[in-house]
Amino acid sequence: MKQLIEKLTSVYGPSGNEEPIREAIRHEIEGYVDEISTDTLGNLIAVKKGGGSRVMLAAHMDQIGLVVTYIDDAGFLRFAPAGGFAVTDLIDRKVIFGNGTVGVVSYENEIKEIKDVTLNNMYIDIGAKDRQDASTKVKVGDIAVYYSTFGGNGDCVTSRALDNRASCAVLIETIKKLKSSPHEIYFVFTVQEELGCRGATTAAFAIEPYAAIAVDVTDTGDTPKSQPMAVKLGAGPAIKVFDEMVMVHPAIKNAMIDEAEKLGIPYQMEVLRGGGTDTGVIALSKSGVPSGCLSIPCRYVHSDSEMADITDMENGVKLLTGLLTDGIRI
Amino acid sequence: MLKLLKRLTETDGVSGDEHRVRELIKQEISPYVDSMSADSMGNLIAMKKGSAQNPKKIMIDAHMDEVGLIITHIGDDGMLKFGVIGMDQRVLLSKRVLIAGKVPGVIGVKAIHLQEKDERNSVVKKENMYIDIGAASKEEAEGLVSLGDYAAFTTKCEDIGSGRIKAKALDDRVGCAVLIEVLKEKNYPDDVYFNFAVQEEVGLRGAGVAAYRINPDVGIAIEGTTCSDVPGADEHMYSTVMGCGPAISVIDRSSYSSREIVDGLKEAAEGAGIPYQMKRTMTGGNDAGMMQRTHEGAKTGVVSVPVRYIHSPASIVDPVDFENTVKLIKEFLRKGVCCK
Repeated sequence: MKQLIEKLTSVYGPSGNEEPIREAIRHEIEGYVDEISTDTLGNLIAVKKGGGSRVMLAAHMDQIGLVVTYIDDAGFLRFAPAGGFAVTDLIDRKVIFGNGTVGVVSYENEIKEIKDVTLNNMYIDIGAKDRQDASTKVKVGDIAVYYSTFGGNGDCVTSRALDNRASCAVLIETIKKLKSSPHEIYFVFTVQEELGCRGATTAAFAIEPYAAIAVDVTDTGDTPKSQPMAVKLGAGPAIKVFDEMVMVHPAIKNAMIDEAEKLGIPYQMEVLRGGGTDTGVIALSKSGVPSGCLSIPCRYVHSDSEMADITDMENGVKLLTGLLTDGIRI
Repeated sequence: MLKLLKRLTETDGVSGDEHRVRELIKQEISPYVDSMSADSMGNLIAMKKGSAQNPKKIMIDAHMDEVGLIITHIGDDGMLKFGVIGMDQRVLLSKRVLIAGKVPGVIGVKAIHLQEKDERNSVVKKENMYIDIGAASKEEAEGLVSLGDYAAFTTKCEDIGSGRIKAKALDDRVGCAVLIEVLKEKNYPDDVYFNFAVQEEVGLRGAGVAAYRINPDVGIAIEGTTCSDVPGADEHMYSTVMGCGPAISVIDRSSYSSREIVDGLKEAAEGAGIPYQMKRTMTGGNDAGMMQRTHEGAKTGVVSVPVRYIHSPASIVDPVDFENTVKLIKEFLRKGVCCK
């Protein structure tokens, strides 16, 4: 699992530009599913065929990125955020473009206080001599992602893009471990979640599932003086109750709890005050889809050094595999 | 061109009240399209059949609605209270408006002589403004307007400077004008659906249902977008620059343009020697967001005519940008997407 996560977090794939990560995932799951396709927006849809009702599992494969909007005379790049960025997570961080060009994010020097820094007065420095030099490396519309190393101590790992490659790894391992199911299962690696769950919207429309579970990371409440939240790193995968976009269907929530109890897997309940996941749009697709979410606890989400626990992911795989083997009844 | 823009911008059509603009566009385009109908929300959908063997469906969208006011209360003194649709209250003070296409009014506020010092130094809130239609009583006002009537600015469309144009509602009547010019071409390889959308300014609502009906393979939103190449803005925050051609968007708040479409638009421009620019900011959203997410998804792009001072009583556009936008969209459609 650790090697897989290291591999997946190292692959480029910001929102709207998911080709490299899509190909990496396709390579991982080929041979373990009956059908693989890519749809109009770029979602990767892998199917384990069967006669039963359709169940959709979704994990978004995009990562947040910085889109170049303007190159100035001196060769510095201005950018717009593709996904949610806190200014303090960006200052003096290294970023990398799809073609390997590396840059540093900083802000206009005349600004004296960090609170006055906004994304509009920040820039990416790729060490270019001038606009022309910069234009040989980067074009307006190119998109950069965090450039940080993968590391960790034992089961605790830290990396960029654990949101949401940790969940992609959970789905990949579930695909590999699942032997049989009463369902026809659609494993969807979605695009553009960070821009508003766009890929999941169109994928759910196409699949029209009987039930759905998204897998995503969630915040924790276990760091010094953090916002109160009953989710801890390493205490098991979290079963979502609600977030800003969804009240999880009780049948799905209870099925996940029952399965965890049955298998003796540690789990926690997640009540997320801010944010949402693909679950929110799948639940409202067409005439409605009973939907839930399995969350991987993660600290420092949307920074270049997110932190998560391998055992939470492994227990997530066990829970999903068990649930899909037994079947979901609404 | 000025004539068409004049008719389009001087016709009132605040979000939810687009019927006058729709009737005008219907008359303008009926000789040129194969079919045309208005849907239940009021979108006008016109179609030109493609000449190719296996045409794809391309949806080109511009919204008919403009920002404006809606009457919410008629006071005993005959003054009207209003709600604001899609606008910054700071642009409203002392402006002339036309209610329900016929009743003139002025947006008033307590005279400066009667204001306390802190009132004079702060932004007047819309709750403290009213529309004065010259009525002396509630009864008199009720004879002229009804609750729920819409009010729009009264700006005349005219030349300004050396050939630029000043008008209200250029967001997005300039987009409507682009569609009208583009659909006058004989035919394109693909089936092209021209959607004149309603209620964009209140949440992309018209385009949502129109895109669901059309279910396009490709969607392009044509906008009159922010152009802030003005004093006080840094170059990287200009968004677009007037006179530099149509602006192609990579990302905004509602959609991430498909690379194939962005590349296709750039190729069309470069191949035909049409100037273009890349939009420099990601602020704002538009109907592409709805087209991208409809059904199983569509590939989308956004092309904008730079317009200064959108969402205000008077905006400015360069007709050369307009003409180049028409050329670009025609060129893109002539190349087609069905044979790729």
